[in-house]
Amino acid sequence: MSGKVDGSSIRHAVSARLSSEWLPVLLFGALLLVPILAGFFGNERFAASLAARVMILAIGALSLDLILGLGAMVSLGHAAFLGLGGYSCAILMHHGIGEASIALPIALVVCGLFALATGALSLRTEGVNFIMITLAFGQMAYFTMVSLSQYGGDDGIQLGRRSTLFGLPLLENGRAFHLIVWLSLVATYLLVRRIAGSRFGRVLRAARENPVRVAALGFPVLRIRLTAYVIAGIICGFAGFLFANHNAFVSPALMSWQRSGELLVMVILGGLGSLHGAILGAAAYLLVEEWLSGLTEHWKMIFGPFLVLVVLAGRGGLADLLGGARRE
Amino acid sequence: MNTSLLLVQTLNGLQFGILLFLVAAGLTLVFGVMDFINLAHGVQYMLGAYFAVTFYALTGNFAATLLLALLAALAFGLGLEFLVFRHLYARSHLDQVLATFGIILFLNHGVKLAWGAAPLNLPIPTWLQGTIPLSATINYPVYRIAIIVAGLLVALGLYLAVRFTRIGMLVRAGATNAAMVSALGVDIHRLFMIVFGFGTMLAGFAGIMIAPILSVEPGMGDNVLILAFVVIVIGGTGSIRGAFLAALIVGLVDTLGRSFLTDLLRPLLGPSPARQVGPALASMGIYLLMALVLILRPRGLFPAVGRQ
Repeated sequence: MSGKVDGSSIRHAVSARLSSEWLPVLLFGALLLVPILAGFFGNERFAASLAARVMILAIGALSLDLILGLGAMVSLGHAAFLGLGGYSCAILMHHGIGEASIALPIALVVCGLFALATGALSLRTEGVNFIMITLAFGQMAYFTMVSLSQYGGDDGIQLGRRSTLFGLPLLENGRAFHLIVWLSLVATYLLVRRIAGSRFGRVLRAARENPVRVAALGFPVLRIRLTAYVIAGIICGFAGFLFANHNAFVSPALMSWQRSGELLVMVILGGLGSLHGAILGAAAYLLVEEWLSGLTEHWKMIFGPFLVLVVLAGRGGLADLLGGARRE
Repeated sequence: MNTSLLLVQTLNGLQFGILLFLVAAGLTLVFGVMDFINLAHGVQYMLGAYFAVTFYALTGNFAATLLLALLAALAFGLGLEFLVFRHLYARSHLDQVLATFGIILFLNHGVKLAWGAAPLNLPIPTWLQGTIPLSATINYPVYRIAIIVAGLLVALGLYLAVRFTRIGMLVRAGATNAAMVSALGVDIHRLFMIVFGFGTMLAGFAGIMIAPILSVEPGMGDNVLILAFVVIVIGGTGSIRGAFLAALIVGLVDTLGRSFLTDLLRPLLGPSPARQVGPALASMGIYLLMALVLILRPRGLFPAVGRQ
């Protein structure tokens, strides 16, 4: 994994982007210690809940960064996977399967299959059409859940309890749940980072810059993109599974297209293609939301123009990477 | 299922399709000519409806309301173009998505602040109230017929304008190759402004026309926007003709699917599963249609001529 040892020039450029090794470590350390630190000030539940939401959405944002940052696939339907993962968890529990070691693989397969089907269709197009089609498929999933009245329809569905892990109610314990979410985030980060640095990830990036040339070199561009899309869908479904457990509740709102927009915002805020940036972005978005919504119920009236300004000012994200280089 | 109900739902589907066309036409023009993806287009539709409510409260006259609300929608759209959108034309699609998403957040909440979160209503103008008998037992509201007629007139006008006027020629040329049009000495920014203003007005018009039969509420534009995207994907980007036909198809498939699919499935699946599967399948109908079109014709059913 260490970027210095296998030092090809591409790898070096990549690791320059992925680097600031200390920043991710600091970030993970902070996220791990939040509940303990907050415990000193007496609002552990609130801080732990916020931190868990940050980490779960960060997993979703990381998965989006995989296809958006590395593959330049602008998906506006990514929240569908959050919803599918969450609903898989809730529906299976509704039918008596609350065991994570059974429910989670099923949820991931569901998300993978949905990603495979919609990805194979969406990736037949490029650019704006891809954006519109992912949006449309996301809405399709949304309205399907809205119309399934036996699973709560518009109102969503309560879980009743959290998933068990190997028969043990591990996730019911706040600290244990926090630790599991944290480990999930670290594992996801390492996995996505591994993918980004792999041969597969490099081809994906190369196809972002010049798909014709990459295809001419003999790489199956479509299949590579589709593989990335499926991986991202599965990871995001995992985040959805955790989210359902965290809230003990899922509703179609989890997969609304605004939620997909929020995931995009998190990735962009953090800095496109810089993986710890996605985590920073998720943290920043949720903290700003928490802060502004404390000030006024119309906080989105402040956040909207802020977003416009961020785009117009045009530099890339909190991690301040990438940005200008790609925007000819 | 009886024929008069089928007739009513077909008309409803047509009316819905016409509405989608008005929104999609502006979107596809703006996208075709400027390569600009404007998520905030649905907000323009919503604002049209809100302007109509306000001006009706002021004037009490539907014709005056229509005129004033159209002008207000145009002015607002041009204002947004001047302040934000024109800085985005040269940007990546991702930037365009984000910035226009920010505008949606702002305006969806802005209307809550300005008009309140509760749904508002606009009365149907007196001279368009009442119903037309379709058969001995079934009546159909005049106002919905009026929407269909107005939409068809707009479609015809749009067709003539794009086909036979100089601006229309430039729009067609721009949809094929905007850079070349600019190189030939056409003031492309002026053309962009005209196209954008016109698209905004069409969306506003749709919002105004629909306000008397829908509740006017924040976020009402979002769903219409997404359906308009489906229309554009099916019809082929940049193509007005494609948008028109695809909008009618989508309107009909969606409306008829919701009305009759459960009944149609009942003999196949039995009553209880049909009641569960029917609505889910109906709500997926247009997306499945879109998927089918993508498999068979990835560039849409009626792509704009010569578009790369």
